[in-house]
Amino acid sequence: MKILVAVKRVVDHTVRIRVRADETGVDTANVRFSMNPFCKHAVEAAVALAEAGHSSEIVVVSIGPRQATDVILTGLAMGAHRGLLVEAPETLETLAIARLLAAIVAEEAPDLVLLGKQAVDDDSNHVGQMLAGLLDWPQACFASAIARTEEGLEVTRERDFGQDTVALALPAVVTADLRLNTPRNTALPMVMKARQKPLETRPAESYGLDLAPRLTIEKVTAPPERAAGQRVADADALAAIIVRERAELELN
Amino acid sequence: MAILVVADHDRGMLAPSTARVVSAAAALGAPVDVLVAGEGAEIVARAAASLNGIARVRLADAAALRAQPAETLTPLLLRLAGDYTHIVLSAGAVGRDVAPRLAAKLGLMPVTDIIAILGPDRFERPIYAGNAIQTVHAPQPFQVLTVRASAFRPAGSAATSASVEPLEPEGLPALVRQLSEARTEGDRPDLATARIVVAGGISVGSAEGFKMIEALARALGAAVGATRAAVDAGYAPNDWQVGQTGKIVAPDLYIGIGISGALQHLAGIQGARRIIAINTDPEAPLMKLADYALVGDLFEIVPLLTARIEATQG
Repeated sequence: MKILVAVKRVVDHTVRIRVRADETGVDTANVRFSMNPFCKHAVEAAVALAEAGHSSEIVVVSIGPRQATDVILTGLAMGAHRGLLVEAPETLETLAIARLLAAIVAEEAPDLVLLGKQAVDDDSNHVGQMLAGLLDWPQACFASAIARTEEGLEVTRERDFGQDTVALALPAVVTADLRLNTPRNTALPMVMKARQKPLETRPAESYGLDLAPRLTIEKVTAPPERAAGQRVADADALAAIIVRERAELELN
Repeated sequence: MAILVVADHDRGMLAPSTARVVSAAAALGAPVDVLVAGEGAEIVARAAASLNGIARVRLADAAALRAQPAETLTPLLLRLAGDYTHIVLSAGAVGRDVAPRLAAKLGLMPVTDIIAILGPDRFERPIYAGNAIQTVHAPQPFQVLTVRASAFRPAGSAATSASVEPLEPEGLPALVRQLSEARTEGDRPDLATARIVVAGGISVGSAEGFKMIEALARALGAAVGATRAAVDAGYAPNDWQVGQTGKIVAPDLYIGIGISGALQHLAGIQGARRIIAINTDPEAPLMKLADYALVGDLFEIVPLLTARIEATQG
């Protein structure tokens, strides 16, 4: 089967972000960017399916600024075969991203689209579900295991109560949760080889879609600071505090 | 116009999140209906009907809705959307699955993980694992929202129950077949809405060590949580994970045991009213954040706490 993997360039998840003083957003000048961690799980799942003989072509796509080429190269170094950068402003909303991906699906005709369940910058957790809706495809979100079957796929999903396993026919959309796999590290020779793989760049406008924003971000603020705490002397003192706190709860 | 809240339920029980989503929806300023969609969900519908502030409950009972799949719920909600200005779900597994699919079908942006409602089209939501808060204005003709139940107080019980009106959910598509469920069995309260949470980190050392955490939780009537590292190590089940990628909790009292306090975990407990931390390392981020911090060996402290608390309840 042919697999399309969508990946996002985000502020590296280890960076402690700062809210701008004028409350217009988060300061992303001079910080490290990398592939969104959940997208890495999605790429790894695609490559693992290919290595198991279930896929012969993996296309990795990113929608974003020119610098997003870096995360496509990461995907190619991990084992994807071909890259596509759709050049667009970083501020595109998830509906616009899903519409672009639906147009790319119409051109590429993949059997499976793999994505990370959410990006760790805006924490939206939208795009996979929106894409599946636009395509009227089945979706298996928050996947912690994927198995190829005759019917299509069996996917184990993280639920509030534990996990469940669902069967779905292809084509389908699957979003990766963090226990799906352990993404491989990319050694330098793989990175060098990735630069030889085909990578096409297209402007977002060339798809002729309505990408206009629906929302306005009025401001971005830092969360309220907590008051300073206190050291407790020993377990007895802590037990007394817990008993007191709980008694207060029962009154409220 | 009116607002439709989609009830959370599992195994014939209304989830505690629904009362909180109803109270969040009431802040939107229009009458609130509740949709119960499932199979054999009449008891759930009756429970929902007793919540305060509800105009009516609409019950969609069909075999295809048993596992509440997004591919089946979405067309049902599209049929009902004409009666409403907002569809509101909790930001749990079902809401996260359904809301974006539904919004895309309507050509709209969903606004998700809402922690404050400032008006019918103005909301606050966290980004960057809760390290920043966005104020979003959504000037759309219709809104699809998910709210973090833990950020809202639950609606109380009504003096008289609302009516339950059955829908006829025929002809809904079923694209996904549920094969099996693996449940984390336990007698602890629902983690996402618990008033007290006792959580353990990697220093708890083993699944056996987590029995000690559970014993303290049982003594307090608390839910049990865990860090990603403890879950990765196999000490605790996946659905106990608290953090950016796990469950978000906002208890009145959170007790973190052997937890250093990675950013990802702190993101999940920002809404906690009081934080207590126990750790050998006084410099651990959670120890610095805590209202009360005790430096020491958790294996000595936790059994002692459990015994003391059990003693106070005779």
